[in-house]
Amino acid sequence: MSGAPHSVPSTEWPDAQGRFGPYGGRYLPETLVEPIEELERAYTAVQSDNTFLSAFAHLLHTFAGRPTPLDFAARLTEHLGGPRIYLKREDLLHTGAHKINNCIGQGLLTLRMNKRRVIAETGAGQHGVATAAVCARLGLECCVYMGTEDMERQRLNVGRMRMLGATVTPVDSGSRTLKDAINEAMRDWVTNVRTSHYLLGSVLGAHPYPRMVRDFQSIIGCEARQQMLEAEGRLPNTLFACVGGGSNSIGLFHAFLSDSSVRMVGVEAGGRGTHLGEHAARLAAAAGYTGARPGVLQGTYTWVLQTDAGQIATTHSVSAGLDYPAVGPEHAWLADRGRAEYTAVSDEAAIDAARTLSRTEGILCALETAHAVAELIRRAPTLPRDSAVILNVSGRGDKDMETLARHL
Amino acid sequence: MGGLEPNARTRIGRRFEELRRSGDLGLVAYLTAGDPSLEATRQIVLAASEAGADVVELGVPFSDPLADGPVIQRASERALKGGTTLRGVLDLVRVIREQSNVPLVLFSYFNPVLQFGLETFAACAQSAGADGTLITDLPPEDSSDYRMALRSRGLDTIFLAAPTTGEVRMRQIASVSSGFLYVISRTGVTGERDSLSDDLPALLRRARSTTTLPLAVGFGVSLPGHVSILGGLADAAVVGSALVAEVERASSADEAASNVAARVRLLKQAGIHGMSRREAAAAERGSET
Ligand SMILES: Cc1ncc(COP(=O)(O)O)c(C=O)c1O
Repeated sequence: MSGAPHSVPSTEWPDAQGRFGPYGGRYLPETLVEPIEELERAYTAVQSDNTFLSAFAHLLHTFAGRPTPLDFAARLTEHLGGPRIYLKREDLLHTGAHKINNCIGQGLLTLRMNKRRVIAETGAGQHGVATAAVCARLGLECCVYMGTEDMERQRLNVGRMRMLGATVTPVDSGSRTLKDAINEAMRDWVTNVRTSHYLLGSVLGAHPYPRMVRDFQSIIGCEARQQMLEAEGRLPNTLFACVGGGSNSIGLFHAFLSDSSVRMVGVEAGGRGTHLGEHAARLAAAAGYTGARPGVLQGTYTWVLQTDAGQIATTHSVSAGLDYPAVGPEHAWLADRGRAEYTAVSDEAAIDAARTLSRTEGILCALETAHAVAELIRRAPTLPRDSAVILNVSGRGDKDMETLARHL
Repeated sequence: MGGLEPNARTRIGRRFEELRRSGDLGLVAYLTAGDPSLEATRQIVLAASEAGADVVELGVPFSDPLADGPVIQRASERALKGGTTLRGVLDLVRVIREQSNVPLVLFSYFNPVLQFGLETFAACAQSAGADGTLITDLPPEDSSDYRMALRSRGLDTIFLAAPTTGEVRMRQIASVSSGFLYVISRTGVTGERDSLSDDLPALLRRARSTTTLPLAVGFGVSLPGHVSILGGLADAAVVGSALVAEVERASSADEAASNVAARVRLLKQAGIHGMSRREAAAAERGSET
């Protein structure tokens, strides 16, 4: 499966207006509307362009290191007493997370649109590093916005971005995390829209971003589904993935959406409590987390953590990549229809889970991924012993060593 | 109804009718409501109106003002820290309306309005005495519920046109706008600039050829020189960050009110003494022949 274009599984969503049911849409300042229509046209054109698709597949293979293995986790399986756990190893990709799949796609699209400058936001720094690497590879100028709190807790990645030639601009407004980095990236975009492409890092923002980023990430599930059929001769019982904006999770889920026997679990950041401000759980109301309602943030209509007056709330998570008050609109729609299930785990449970995965499997995962691991550990006793599950290891944990070292 | 003529039923439409007759350039003053308090804003709005502001836009503060530059970002932060809510801003409209006839536009990001409820918002805005609304991050495509709610209460819905807006889209935007069309002078966020964009005359000609709505130009307009240039091209200048910066610099509400009034007076004079629309039209005819 190496180097050949993957075909994105077709779905009816989003519709032509960029809606997933009621969610999604395009809530942008007027200055950005015609440029984003141009982006949509460019993206539509490359979907059936073999030159583009081959270049995408080629870079995914030679530059990023696809396909990634589906790795049977024998010792974790034994430790938990079943189910049979398979790890989709996105952590093995170049730059250390799934983010690069989307960056290669959008980087090539930037060239197609004859733009030479790329703007990006980053939370955990993984999207920033992947964008910086792709821009260096393609000869594009790269400008990354990052909240000062995130720069502090993901310092390693700030250095990596700068080494790769990117300009990293600190953002000191609001909660000084991902949301504020996106605001600042959008301000740059609205100013330099004629020359710059905004390379958004998750399935967020205005149409066509949620769809385009999903499509570029859908390679994860396409590979995993086939690998599972080869390894086990059957489909998995359940998929587990962490949900920040929702790109690694939708990337895994997408290829399985029409396999009605496959359950999907998205895991959000439960932070340090269930009250507004203590967590970043937008869809896990059933698990007791409060403060989320449908609303509009940064271009899209989706579930948003906010006050009664419609001001966006601050969030908390030990994991910078999950510390964001809104969720990708397609997840909101999957949740409404019960097609996927969303829950949240605490900072502490995530850190414990990172330790467990490290010691049973020799894999030091990102704190984002650790949330999905924690939920898998919690649910393992309820799953059929001989069933198979897939956990998306969205990234590796080197960036989190300073945080983790405090809990050793 | 719709984008063909200034809506004569609202204060906004009537004010632009008067301006059209006198040939003066209108001045639209933007202020962030609740910065530093709603009572201060009341005082500043009344002062601005007495000094000659033709329309006042009251900015509803939002936690994530992604179309705004640093000056209005800081003002929004101060207003939110003081506990300002949309309900509070609507109360402010009512209080101002008891004391003044100045046309009032509520200027907001979409989420606070959406959470308030579109119908409730429209009803409260009307009963408080507002004349129109403008939502920064709501393009026409996703706005039909909003427009229906506001128009059924007789409020003007003002939309924005940008330098990146082509002719077809400009026509579409104008067709859903009423009161006036807000023309964004340049790509970018709100904030003062030394000079206006070189592309602005072409943008305004494009807008003029697609609509008879009054054109108000904003983003970066702060100096008398900007305003006098606009006299030949547009129907009104929108001044925001320059006034908000006066509020920020002032050490009391009285000082803020008198400094904002002074700035409004200066800009309004520049609009009156700059090239009038009639003179500009004559000049253009002259250059053609
Ligand atoms: C390793 C890793 N996993 C997950 C995420 C969360 O993003 P998403 O939900 O878009 O996959 C991030 C974001 O920074 C990340 O770095």
